[in-house]
Amino acid sequence: MPSAVDINWYIALSGILFVIGALGVLLRRNAIILFMSIELMLNSANLLFVAFARHLGELEGQVLVFFVITVAAAEVAVGLALIVAIFRSKKSINIDEINLLKG
Amino acid sequence: MIHPIPFTLLAAVAVAAALGMLTSRNAVHSALYLVLNFMTVAVLYLVLNAPFIAMVQITVYAGAIVVLFLFVIMLLGADLLRGVTDEVRGSERYHRYLAVLLALVLLGVFGYLLLQNNFGGTTLSPTIDASPQALGITLFQDYLFPFEVTGVLLLASIIGVVIFGHTRKRGKENA
Repeated sequence: MPSAVDINWYIALSGILFVIGALGVLLRRNAIILFMSIELMLNSANLLFVAFARHLGELEGQVLVFFVITVAAAEVAVGLALIVAIFRSKKSINIDEINLLKG
Repeated sequence: MIHPIPFTLLAAVAVAAALGMLTSRNAVHSALYLVLNFMTVAVLYLVLNAPFIAMVQITVYAGAIVVLFLFVIMLLGADLLRGVTDEVRGSERYHRYLAVLLALVLLGVFGYLLLQNNFGGTTLSPTIDASPQALGITLFQDYLFPFEVTGVLLLASIIGVVIFGHTRKRGKENA
């Protein structure tokens, strides 16, 4: 076992978390779980940003994570409002039943 | 840097929480697994010399975003959501295997790239000052314009949420 954790370990962890998130988007039919999976993928990208910021000794990566978190928060707010609106009209959040552009 | 054993423990908890979120039948359980995952990643941020990002992770992600998820789950009714099965129509049943296959291919590509390129390098950069003060100076000096644009983005999302949430009047007219 190597004596110290370097950037490769973080890349591997981030890749695994990203794949789990992508798998969630592909497998689950519940729109809320889908959004959680998207959050998981954004989170794995953030982890990679911070790991590379530490590796390169730069602060810019952390600033970028700050922006990503802001965008993720805005995206979740709009997405959940959309889910609530869809649920009001269709009484379902199963994405297989949401197949019309017309409400 | 962190020793491999605690890192492996943290990574195992993060991956297990992500898998728990993926496989949990109950949406509330999924949200709680997501909190665990975010907390674990926040600890990794602390290890990576990013204390401010770690605190933002806990307050914004594990706090605000997951609470929003739980609000919506409770609003729509957790019992109703349990009825959302992941069964797909018969003709599309193979999609599930295709999804797993694609995920494995993605994982294989990641692993291949990681093995091909050694990103590690030999020298580790010295620890820099990543206090909230230093981060704020960078944010407000070099990234002031993106920061202002973020304000516009948040305003746009607020307006969007208000508009989407305000459909009750039209529903009454229809009824």
